[in-house]
Amino acid sequence: MTMSFAQEAGFIVAAYAVTAFVVAALIAWVVLDYSAQRRILGDLEERGVTRRSRRSGP
Amino acid sequence: MAVIDLANPTRFLKLVNRVLPWLIAVTVLLFVVGLYRAVNAPDDYQQGATVKIMYLHVPAAWLGMMGWVVMSVAALGTLVWRHPLADVAGKAAAPIGAAFTFICLVTGSLWGRPTWGTYWVWDARLTSMLVLMLLYLGVLALYWTAEDPGRGSRAAAVLALVGAVNLPIIKFSVDWWNTLHQGSSIFRIGGSTIAPSILWPLIIMALAFTCLFFTLHLAAMRNEILRRRVRSMRMMQAQELAEAGA
Repeated sequence: MTMSFAQEAGFIVAAYAVTAFVVAALIAWVVLDYSAQRRILGDLEERGVTRRSRRSGP
Repeated sequence: MAVIDLANPTRFLKLVNRVLPWLIAVTVLLFVVGLYRAVNAPDDYQQGATVKIMYLHVPAAWLGMMGWVVMSVAALGTLVWRHPLADVAGKAAAPIGAAFTFICLVTGSLWGRPTWGTYWVWDARLTSMLVLMLLYLGVLALYWTAEDPGRGSRAAAVLALVGAVNLPIIKFSVDWWNTLHQGSSIFRIGGSTIAPSILWPLIIMALAFTCLFFTLHLAAMRNEILRRRVRSMRMMQAQELAEAGA
């Protein structure tokens, strides 16, 4: 029994749509997380908090 | 710059900032060419147009497994050398590997229905891939829920090493057991059994997805390094406030 092209197309489109959605979610996660960490680091540095390695010695 | 210098997080960040734009460009280029070749590839004589799902399913399966290989190597770095960058690499690879494993399972299911007449069967290949997905969820739970990040990382590293046993089971499941899933048709003794007109788009899509994996992995590692800096700065701030109050 062979499937019609319309039925086959439904499975193909669904597979590509799910993949595109998951890849887009991964990219959004990485980009949004980067901007969030940069913003928090900027806030901390503005408040004068520095990393131990950046502090000058005695 | 010596390779060992890259183990320094600050130097690693500099390298990532230089490499990422190029890697993004190569990834986009490979996807444009790969998708064009995939759309224009001929239909399979048995499976018809549904063979186009292979261009997503096969690379996703490879990268789901590769994500675990990256985590296993990183786990050795965490447990043996206790290097923080190894832990960063392992933690960054987990959600990406899990996402590709999820894509593999969903696209395989969508390919199975028109080809086999069912979305799912408890076949050795499918089941071992589902086990990989569950192992990823276990590792993510350890990373994300542990109160002490160090203990969570070590537990996740142990699970990564133990779970590596599943990789040869996935690879050879189609040889060891009588499965509904087809046997190896790309990496096999005697060469690939796939026609070049279908194989080449698959190779280009696999390269595109591999570049995407490493792009996301490097970017996620950069985020994790920044997150650890934030955590350490907040702890120092809290310590200073406590000392000032004492």
